Order: sequence, then C-alpha cells, then structure tokens
Amino acid sequence: MLDQFFFYIFASVILLGGLLTITRRSAVHSAIFLIATLLGIAGLFLHLQAEFLAGVQVILYVGGIMVLFLFVIMLVNLDQAARQRQFNRQWWLALLAAAAVCGEALYGLYRGRGAFTFPGAVPGNMPPNTQAVGNALYQNYMLPFEVASIMLLVAMVGAVVMAKKRL
Amino acid sequence: MDLTILIISLAKIAVVLTVLFTCVAYVVWLERKVAGRIQNRWGPHRTGPFGLLQPAADFLKALFKEDFTPAQVQRPIYFLAPFLAMTLALMSIAVIPFGENVTIAGRTIFFEITDLNIGLLYIFAVTSLGVYGIALAGWSSGSKYSLMGGLRSSAQMISYELGLGFAVVGVLILSGTLSLRGIVNAQSGFWFGIIPKWYIWPQFVGFLVYLTAAFAETNRTPFDLPEAEGELVGGFHTEYSSLKFAMFFTAEYTNMITVACLATLLFFGGWMAPLPWAWVQHVPALVLLGMAALMTRTALRTYRLERRKSYFAVPGLAGIVGLIGLAFLHPVFAAVAAPMFWFASKVFVFLFLYIWVRWSVPRFRYDQLMHLGWKVLLPVAAANILITGLVVAL
Amino acid sequence: MFNEFFSRQDLLLIKPAVLLALFGCGILLTDLLHERRHKYLNAVTALLGLGFTGVQLALIQRAMSAAGYSEVSGFSGGLVVDGFALYFTWIFLIATAIAILFSVRYLEVENEHHGEYYALMLFSLVGMYFLATAMDLITLFIGLETMALSVYVLAGFLRGDRRSNEAAMKYFLLGAFSSGILAYGFSLLYGLTGSTNLRAVADALVARPSGDPVVYLALITTATGLLFKVAAVPFHQWAPDAYEGAPTSITGFMSTAPKAAAFAFLLRVFLVPLAPLRPAWEGLLVVVCVLTMVVGNLAAISQNNTKRLFAYSSISHVGYMLLGLVAGNETGLKGIAVYLLVYVFMNLGIFTVLVALRRKDIIGDEIEDLSGLFFKNPVSAVFMLIFLLSLAGIPPTAGFLGKYFIFLSLIETRHYVLAVIAVVFVVVALYYYFRLVVMMFMREATDPERLNISPGVAVALAITLAMTLVIGIYPEPFIRLAAGSVLVPFR
Repeated sequence: MLDQFFFYIFASVILLGGLLTITRRSAVHSAIFLIATLLGIAGLFLHLQAEFLAGVQVILYVGGIMVLFLFVIMLVNLDQAARQRQFNRQWWLALLAAAAVCGEALYGLYRGRGAFTFPGAVPGNMPPNTQAVGNALYQNYMLPFEVASIMLLVAMVGAVVMAKKRL
Repeated sequence: MDLTILIISLAKIAVVLTVLFTCVAYVVWLERKVAGRIQNRWGPHRTGPFGLLQPAADFLKALFKEDFTPAQVQRPIYFLAPFLAMTLALMSIAVIPFGENVTIAGRTIFFEITDLNIGLLYIFAVTSLGVYGIALAGWSSGSKYSLMGGLRSSAQMISYELGLGFAVVGVLILSGTLSLRGIVNAQSGFWFGIIPKWYIWPQFVGFLVYLTAAFAETNRTPFDLPEAEGELVGGFHTEYSSLKFAMFFTAEYTNMITVACLATLLFFGGWMAPLPWAWVQHVPALVLLGMAALMTRTALRTYRLERRKSYFAVPGLAGIVGLIGLAFLHPVFAAVAAPMFWFASKVFVFLFLYIWVRWSVPRFRYDQLMHLGWKVLLPVAAANILITGLVVAL
Repeated sequence: MFNEFFSRQDLLLIKPAVLLALFGCGILLTDLLHERRHKYLNAVTALLGLGFTGVQLALIQRAMSAAGYSEVSGFSGGLVVDGFALYFTWIFLIATAIAILFSVRYLEVENEHHGEYYALMLFSLVGMYFLATAMDLITLFIGLETMALSVYVLAGFLRGDRRSNEAAMKYFLLGAFSSGILAYGFSLLYGLTGSTNLRAVADALVARPSGDPVVYLALITTATGLLFKVAAVPFHQWAPDAYEGAPTSITGFMSTAPKAAAFAFLLRVFLVPLAPLRPAWEGLLVVVCVLTMVVGNLAAISQNNTKRLFAYSSISHVGYMLLGLVAGNETGLKGIAVYLLVYVFMNLGIFTVLVALRRKDIIGDEIEDLSGLFFKNPVSAVFMLIFLLSLAGIPPTAGFLGKYFIFLSLIETRHYVLAVIAVVFVVVALYYYFRLVVMMFMREATDPERLNISPGVAVALAITLAMTLVIGIYPEPFIRLAAGSVLVPFR
C-alpha cells in the first residue's frame, strides 16, 4: 500500500518533470525540471532498495552533471533562443508519431505484462547491497566496466578536440 | 509503521534541530569574537555579557528588516533558492551520529536521527545539491554580481566536490563501510597502547585534501569567491535581504558544522576518547568545572571594570556549566555524555580552525582556485586512493 | 593476481584491444613531442599499433588452430573469439590502415593535422573489437558507443568548417537517438530473459511461448537500433549528411570500418539472441532490404556531390548485404563476409582518389571536380574506373564475387522475387556509376590543378586496386577465409 503510494509519487514526478523539461521555454526552467526528474529516478531506486544506486544517481547526475548544465546555460545568453519558435510546423506530426509508438509500447507491455520474470519481493529490509554492486562491477562485469573507461577517455578527448581553439 | 518510532523520530529531529540552530547562532558569535581578537578589538560585547545575546539581536534584526524584492528577479526561483539552500544544509545533519549508542533499561538510545548504511553517500548527495541554492539564487536575482557569484560557486563546488569525494575514499577502503557509525567504530582501539587508531594517521594526505576541499565546499575564505565583497558586492546574495538573507547565512554556517562533524567522524575517531588511560573519563568534568571557574573570574573582573549589571548573569551561566561538569562524575551520565563531549570538542576545534583561517589567509584568485582544485588536490587524492588500495591489498 | 574470476586466457583474448588502446594513448602523448611538420609520425605510430595488433591477432589465431579450438570464450562467457570475430577484426584493421595511409596528406592540406585524429581512430577500433567479440549485451553496447563517439568526433574534425560541424552534430544527435532505442530494446531483452549474456538470452527466448507481444516489442526496438547503425532505409537519413560534411578521409573510413563493425554487431545480435525469433524478423528484413535498395539506388542518381552519391551507394550496398541475412543459409552469410571484405577495398579505393582530389583551394567533392580526370591523371582515372566497375558488380572485379554469393543464396532459398529486384537495381546502379565515368573520360578538365598524390595515397591506391583485382580473379583463398567466418546461427 505505502509502497505503491511512493511508487506513484515518484513516477508522476518523473513523468511530469520530463514533460515540463521539454515544454518550458526558459532553458533554466527546463534544467530545473530535469533535476526534478532525476531526483524522482533516485527515489525509485531507493524504493527498490538500491540505496547505493540512488546515492550515486543524486551525486553524479543531480549534483554533478546538472550543475554543469546549469552553469553552461547561465553562461550562454539564451534570451535570443527563448524568443524563437519552440516547435516547428510539423510538431503535430511528431506528436502523432510519438503517441503511436507510445500506444504500441503500452499495448505490448500491457498484453505481455506476465512475461517479465521478477524475483520475489523480499519481506522487510534487504541487507545493504553496496558490496553486491561492487562485486558485480569488478567480477562479472569487469570487462564492460573497463571498456567504459576507454569510452569515457574518448569522450574527453573528443570534447577537447571539438571545443579547444588551438590544438 | 510503528507510531512510537515516528514520535521518537520527530522528537529527535526537534531536539537536533534546536541544538543545531543554537550552535549556528553561537558559531556566528564565536566567529565575530575571534575575528575581533585577531584584529585586536573586542568583537560584540554590548548585548548581554560578552555579547552573548548578539545572535538573538541579529535574528530579531533580520526578522524586522524590510523584505525587499527587486523588480528584475525571476519570481518563483528567487524565492525558492534560499529555502533550498537552508533545507539542504539542514538535511545533511540527519545521519551524523553524535555519540555512542547506549542501552539504558533495555532500550537502546541512538545518537543520530537515522543511521543509513550509505550515510556518507547521503551526505555527499545532499551537499552536492546545496550548490543549487546558490547557483539559482545567483541566476534568479537578475543582477550581474549575483550571476557572477552563482557561476563561480557552481564551478567551484563541482571542482572541489571531486577532491572531497576522492579524499574520503581512502577512509572507505580502510573501514569497508559507508555507514558513519561503522566508520567511527572501525577507529576504536590504540596502537602501542597510546596512539589512537584514528584514520588521521594512515590517511594524513586524505585529511589534508579533505580539509582544503571542505573550505572550498563551504565557500569559506580563502575560497569565498562566490561572495567576494571587493569584487561582487555580495555575490549570489546581493539581492537578498531580511530573512531570506538570514537563510543563506544559516545554510553557510550549518554547512560549516556539517563538514566539521564529518572531519571528526572520518579522521578523528568521532566520539572516541583520545587517550587510553582510565583517568581520561574525568577530563570532561575537569574541563567543564575549569570553564565555570574561569567564567566566574572573568565576569567578576569585568564587572569591577565596567559596573554593568548584566554581568551578574554570568555566574549563573557558570553555575549551569559547573553543574553539568559535576554530573559527569556520575558514571551513568558520564557513559552517555562523555562521547558527546569528545565529539563536541573535536568539532569545536575544527570550527575554530575555520574561523582562524578565515581571518588570517587572503582570498585566492579564481585561476589559482581552479589550478589548486584540478591540478593539485585531485591528483594527490587519486594517488592517495591508489596507494591506500595497494597497501590494503598487500 | 589471477583469481577465480580471471585467468591468463581472459587477458590474452582482450590483448588486441589493450594494444590498440595503449597505442591510442601513446599517440596522444607523443603528439606533443612532434613538431608541426613531423606530424606524419603519428600516422606511423598508429600503423605500428595496427601492426602489433595484427601480429597479436595472428598469434591468437595460430594458438587456436594449434589447439583445435573453433572458438575461445573468456570473462565467464562475456567475450568470445571465434572465426567470425577474427575475420571481422581483420577487416577493421585493414580498413583503418588504409584510411590512415590516405589521411596524412589530406589533413596537412586541411591544416588540421593533430595526433588526436589517429588516436581516435585507434580508440574506435577498440570499440569495434568488442563489437565483434562481445557476447554480452552491456559489453556490446559500450563497445558500440566507444566506436560511435570516436567517429562522431572524427566527423567533426575540421573544426573551422561549418559543414563538418553540421555533420558531426547530425551524426551525433541521430546516433545518440538510435542508441537510445537500441538500449531500450536491450533492456527489454534483459527484462524478459533475466540475463545479459547473448546465449542465455537466446535460451530464454526459445523457452517463451511464440507470439508474445513484449518479445516483438523488444525485437522491433533492437532491430530499429541496429538498422540505424548500418544506415538501412528507412533509418538512413543521417548517412548522406554525415558523409558529405565529414572530412573526406573520414567519410572513407566511416563507410568501411565502422560499417563493417555495425554489421558484425547486427549479425551477432540477429543470429544469436534473436535467432529464435527468425520467423518474426525475416519479413521485416525483406521490407527493409527492398526499401534500402530502392531508395539507395534511386536517390544516388540525382546527387551532384560525390560524397553524397557514395553515401547513397553505400546505403544500397547495405541492402544487398542484408539480403544475405534474409537468405540466412551458409552461402548467404559467407556472401555477407565476402561482400564486406570486397566492399572495404573498393570503397576505400574510391575514397583514396577522392582524397587526392582535395588540393589547396579546391574542395573536390563535387562531381564536376572529376571532369577530365583521365587527361590530367590517367592512372587514377583508370583506377577509379575499376573501382566503380567493382562497386557495380561487373566481373572480373571483386565486387562481382560479393553479389554472386548473395544472389546464389537467394536462389538457394527460393527468394526469386528478391533476386530479380536485386538484379534490376544493379542496372540502376550502373547508370549512376557511369555518370562519373563519363565525367572522367569524356569531359574537359575544369581546373588545371594537378592531383595531390602523396606516397601514402599511392600505397593505398596500390593495395586497394591489387586486392580488388586479386579477389575478383583468384577468389579461392578469400572464399575459404569467409567460409571460416560464418557464424553458426543459434538453434
């Protein structure tokens, strides 16, 4: 009961935040709603008793990435952009397509809702699982974890290449 | 949900918040007093004995000042920002344990609002959110100075958060837990029967990085660029007045207390006594009684000089302190309160250090700040993690 | 150091990727030591890295054949090195080596000669290696992103050029979007099967009742993401813009190595985890194939920019290659392997000539810039003719071989209509390829400037031409190689 209540609270925060993120005219407002969405996701993680993930989600996404977003948005003067038309003339077409895809996905998920296999809910509190996350990352998923470091290096080099005036 | 747990939690929150606000008020007082002494003047001394009522006066002043809202502000965010700053600052205190858990009459008393098993992550999460209060305040004020302050602060917070996070990883490796209580418990015991097993020794480098980054995270001098008066008028809070300004002020000092508490917990053994011998348990009583005596003496001397009646209040205050000191002689009270005493004294040392540094060291230039954060603290902290990891693994 | 989770063998299996990553980092460092006029040394370092990787690959191959293994898996099933992976890794290495050869002079002309260019190429190779070898959804996805991120940056490497910036931006946005769809598909697969290992996913999918709507949802999203990456119609729109704006050398690179990697990825996913769903995706793929051939070939006719033209041509080639997957028998899969190998050589040959057309003050990517090439530089014009014939699939060039196997497989599996459509579009393709030939051989030169043939370009031309002809004339060993790479579909 309480579980469901919290789930719906977080879910509506996520969805509403996402919707407002893409419809707000001011970039700063969009960023703030995106922050709300990310916090909602952290809440969902917490709700699933993945407390480490929730903490990391807040620290990295909300406390790190979004601050940089906001930093850039504040630094760049976006008044000009805010005055421009927000959607082009085909927005209704895009909306239609999005609605169709959404309907399709919803239909599929609804029809096949029994298809997903979930581990049974654990009564009460689960033991702390931070260590489990660490074990998964450094044992079974060691390889993708290490490849991800190369990917981040690429992203970093790429950002410098694209942004720096003189290489 | 058990109703008693709810009530106990609420009561705990109320108590902790009251104590916290009092602490904030008197840290401000301490700051002004110490600043005065460092600059060879008295500091506040008119309101009450030793100016002890100054915080109350300040609060009343903030309350009754005109709450002015400039015309160019971005409405909802402008009002949201100070609340955000203060709420987030207060939230982090929730997981800080103040003393050892005690079992009295079959009931265990927990000396914190809640003990999360990711307590440290929680604190970092909340403090990393704290930047929004400042950044949004800067942006929504619609003023150049505020914006500059907000920008500086977000850049600074991001840069030093990394250093802060990296600095404590060494502690995590050694203790193997994210729970603050667990980290403190891992520091019990003594080497050679005399040196406390605090993480300050194996993690000295980490501590230095933590301390530096903590100064920057709390926007204290020498890293107070977001509100550099000489350049930015007041920085992000230029356009705030009255209670809204007071909120930012509270947030800043609460953050100070939080990082001081954290430093104590992570590197200085939290509530552990610093020496192994039995007589150490009498130190709190001795210190408090000594303080009471000192206060009485000073009050009498000052009264002889100034003839102000308000100083009669001081012996009363000294009496309370002395009574608490005497209470420490009772073993049950000592068992409960001695850890809190040690914790409080360690935190006090850190707070004093903050104030001391603020009034002794000049402000960094912006590029120096970035240089220090990215090119010194971060690599040093990373190397510290690597070496700690290697040592633990071997 | 080695515990229950890792063995020496695991390290051996990722050694090629480790070498590539190390050389990439090395280039980033040594780049600082080279003076401006010695930047070509970075290319030398990169080629050296490719050489070492090749040696390592050969060693793995020899060890495997000595021990009689057809495949070796590591990281508790997360990685597998089999004939398929080795074959594709060789293709990536060769394509990258040729692209590096013709990049040196081009970058000098563009005045953007930096070590990061080669480093990013090597990093993208790391991603490709994992696309070919990974047996885990997460590793596959991260490998894909490693490759894609490098190529996005390479597409925008001419930072002063608006078109290059635009290309990088479009490529990045659409690439990120398609990755999102792919990730959604992968997450559904994981949710349905409870595992990220490809074989475990396939096992779990076999056990499911057929006609499960969520399975179709997972299939459609995964397939959409994959088809985006290989630029099949209707998910092709990013390709012409990205190809046109990117530096010509990178367009050549993009249309070969990353394309082959995307194909390896697609084949691996379609033939292992999605193999149980074959009845569902076969029809889907038929539609995509026909559309791809139709749109690719017809749109290519009206292009006036050579890079755009070859973008559409490459889209149409994707259509042919996907036909091999529709047929799905051994001939078809062998056909895809041969086709990709051949395609790498002939397409890189074309782009070598196009790169040589870039001279000071002449961008050289319009069709007019080819006019009178025969009178200015007969050798390269003849080379170009051969490459074009090969792309069109005229014997005795190599291009014929690829198409031959594809058509054969279609007939073997009784897809007669598809075979007829494919043949018809070979004729259409001939039309637009010969527009270029007409331009080169029957028009006056519009500009007197000579071609910019550097030693690297010459070597690249020689290799590509030699291989195009050799594979066409003496295909036996290459067919045998390709046959060894055939991925046994999961049953």
